[in-house]
Amino acid sequence: MPDVTFIIDGKSVTVPAGTTILKAAEQLGGQIPTICYHDHCTANGLCRICVVEIKGVKPLVPACLTPVREGIEVSTSTVRAERSRRTILEMLASAVDLSQAPEIQKLMDENHADQLRFAEGKRREYPVLDDNPMYVRDYSKCILCWRCVQVCADDAQFTHAINFTGRGFETSIGTFFDKPMPETTCVFCGQCVGVCPTGALKPKREALLEQGVSLDEILQATRGGQKRRRKSP
Amino acid sequence: MITPDRTVPTTCPYCGVGCGLELHIKDDYIFKVTSPFDSVVNHGNLCVKGRFGYDFVYNKDRITTPLIRKTVQAPGARTQAFDRGQWREVSWDEALDYTTGRLVEIYKRDGADAMAVYCCAKATNEDNYLLQKLFRALFRSNNIDHCTRLCHAGSVVALQMALGSSAMSNTAAEVIHSDVFLVTGSNTAETHPIIALQMKAAVANHGAKLIVVDPRRVEMVNWATLWLPEKPGTDVPLFSAMAHVIIKERLYNQDFIDRRTEGFEDFSRSMEKFTPEYAEAISGVDRNLVIQAARMYAGAKNAAIYWALGIPEHSHGTDNAMTLIHLALLTGHIGRKGTGLNPLRGQNNVQGASDSGAMPWHYPGYQRVDDEASARKFEQAWNIEPGGLNRRLGLTTTEIMSEVRPGGVRALHIMGENPMMSEPNLNHTRHMIEQLEFLVAQDLFINESGAYADVFLPAASWAEKDGTFTNTDRRVQRVRKALEPRGQARADWQIVCDLAGRIEKNLGCPQTAYWAYQTPAEVLEEMGSVVPEYAGVKYPRIEQQGLQTPVWDDNHSGTPYLFAESFPRGKGKFYDCDYIPSVEMPDEEYPFILTTGRLLEHWHGGTLTRHSKLDELNPEARIEINPADAARLQLEDEQAVRVSSRRGSIVLRAWVTQRTTVGVVFVPMHFAEAAANLLTIDALDPLAKIPEYKACAVRIVAAAKQELARPEAKVGRGRY
Repeated sequence: MPDVTFIIDGKSVTVPAGTTILKAAEQLGGQIPTICYHDHCTANGLCRICVVEIKGVKPLVPACLTPVREGIEVSTSTVRAERSRRTILEMLASAVDLSQAPEIQKLMDENHADQLRFAEGKRREYPVLDDNPMYVRDYSKCILCWRCVQVCADDAQFTHAINFTGRGFETSIGTFFDKPMPETTCVFCGQCVGVCPTGALKPKREALLEQGVSLDEILQATRGGQKRRRKSP
Repeated sequence: MITPDRTVPTTCPYCGVGCGLELHIKDDYIFKVTSPFDSVVNHGNLCVKGRFGYDFVYNKDRITTPLIRKTVQAPGARTQAFDRGQWREVSWDEALDYTTGRLVEIYKRDGADAMAVYCCAKATNEDNYLLQKLFRALFRSNNIDHCTRLCHAGSVVALQMALGSSAMSNTAAEVIHSDVFLVTGSNTAETHPIIALQMKAAVANHGAKLIVVDPRRVEMVNWATLWLPEKPGTDVPLFSAMAHVIIKERLYNQDFIDRRTEGFEDFSRSMEKFTPEYAEAISGVDRNLVIQAARMYAGAKNAAIYWALGIPEHSHGTDNAMTLIHLALLTGHIGRKGTGLNPLRGQNNVQGASDSGAMPWHYPGYQRVDDEASARKFEQAWNIEPGGLNRRLGLTTTEIMSEVRPGGVRALHIMGENPMMSEPNLNHTRHMIEQLEFLVAQDLFINESGAYADVFLPAASWAEKDGTFTNTDRRVQRVRKALEPRGQARADWQIVCDLAGRIEKNLGCPQTAYWAYQTPAEVLEEMGSVVPEYAGVKYPRIEQQGLQTPVWDDNHSGTPYLFAESFPRGKGKFYDCDYIPSVEMPDEEYPFILTTGRLLEHWHGGTLTRHSKLDELNPEARIEINPADAARLQLEDEQAVRVSSRRGSIVLRAWVTQRTTVGVVFVPMHFAEAAANLLTIDALDPLAKIPEYKACAVRIVAAAKQELARPEAKVGRGRY
């Protein structure tokens, strides 16, 4: 592929064509903040935290999705971009339990987000789903980053057990017809648990430990071998 | 949120893919497993066993104290003791002295032929190297084998004969560089889940075409361009018919055949009779599918073949594998990226256990025991007098069991295996194991085999010891001690060294073969000094990322794919093939062909996974039966059925499903309550000595629900 030369935060840079602004910035040692983006998943530009400004382009563009083009001038931390990021973080904080999302908490601090700015807003609250032996789902912590859906689909597992369900504020991640996980196509690979950034998906044993269930009790709950024996024929 | 005290990188203990794991530990409890996204084998992906299946480590039934049976077991009257009350807790000293005394007594009385050992494809290279060294150096016995005999022995023998090598020729991840790949005898999505992801990605994202040849409609068929639903045991006519088409239509690679192979002329004549019509008559596969598959494979730029145990586990398993090798030799689809002959190895370390010499005919590194120069080399390495090592080929896994008798095998040491689940024709195995004079079990749990033992040596799990595993694409990777062993359990290599030292002393050997290793790294170093392929595999080099053997020296960077320039035996060799039917064909009395295999959630004899939460996901055995057959027998889904062969009978639930074809039924091998191997036949491949697990004749009748081991169990899942 041919190379493309562009300007980022005042510096002229040449990268292979097709490189996204996010990756180009990374190569330069700069960091554009991301939330939904994951190196292992297809970028989808859902959270918009990585927005940057391109000179002459009216809307802010997501750096994770936008390939660089010849001659563009990118600014990664303009007032507009930073205000946009801050507002996104404040809105997330108003609706979602981010207590187990240290990376997002760090972004809050770095961007001086006021977590109580929309304190009167409606919160997304769901009962914890504990319907299988391997992991629990606490969608009150879900920011809809889509990573779990993507790894369940064409980014890794090709199982398609989960997807978006609902519309607008009611959007959540779910199974078809809200079936319990064991009745779906789920193979319990846990790729979804592996990419969840907020603790919404968690191994069951970790969840039990957090709830203060003693190690002994967790170990006792581990299946015994009593069913294995076979009488002599 | 739980902050781990430590995270420990290691390698998964289940299948041969060899995924990288990170164990997250709090208060000595593994509460979570993740995988680094830059892991070279699995790119952060895991399957249910790797991510959630480690809890057997903490199971309350795990044995963590050495045990000796309370009642002395006499040959012929040996019984199973699952209850702890039937065992006496003893010190390590007592257990090892007792074991030493009994083993030496039998050896001194009956000699080397009375001694036998099952090594373990779950254990590390170091564990296996030492255990085979113990039996070779001290008991002068080559009766050393492990479950490779029961899985890929046919593939190994065929690859050795035709190419001179016996491993996957390419790296699994290369499948995205194939434009056509053929998968046969492998339910890859369940048995090698992470390789299956790469295969699915090859089809979905890289435009590769997949040909599946399998009597079952396995999940990968959903991704296939062609599915050839053969009858079990008809691989030779089917793949030979593909060769026939390739020859007849001149789709072969003349240049490759001239430069790299021998025996083409004779072979080509022997293929004349294998017409697609002939193959159709025997295998039941439409002749046009055979022709299409042949054209697709031969016409590809880069085509690869992947197979698992559906190929070798036949009384003609070596021939089956040979017909696949022929396809690669005809077309030259070998020795380049994205091509090759790839037997997918089952166990996490079956490649490594074989490399480490846990084999009856070979020292470590496939150096034959009947080769004088090899024997001399090991005599020197192990301080043994010239001529001291046994030059006679030892007994294989199944032969060891059938040779148990006065004057035959008297003492057996089992490290981590479970022949009472994994041998064919278990009623026969049971009878034979009862005849043993002395049986040592070295394991985590008292499984169906360990229950017969005189002494039980509690071993550390994979999370409690250091070592290396060699995965299916020959990558030697580190296993790390993340926890102290539970109770008094000890690492296998330490148990073996301690036992060997005592045996050596008891035998009064003038020189030591050396057992005073401080670390497994020293063991691997010794192995590297006698196995050229491992010469450059040293712990400091594999701390970050494994190395693919052969690694010829300290500067060699490993071998991602084999045979680029030549084959180890020089030229690839074609062999004549003939169709030999399976030993037991269906008839009026036993009208169905039974084939056996694995499930996603379980592992082999179930010693680990049935002591895990994994068991809740798939708690009972079900027999897969095609809807047409079910209708004919008036059987309903989920009803209890009795399945009988000429050797045994089990009761389990029916699963009426299109996953299997008409006339073929499938039973998984994991469930002791309905052990598939009570039914299977102990017919062996004459060359590889591998049993015919994949085809025997059974009949099916309705049974009462109460006859099921768990009449009220929850059945069924939504997954394919």
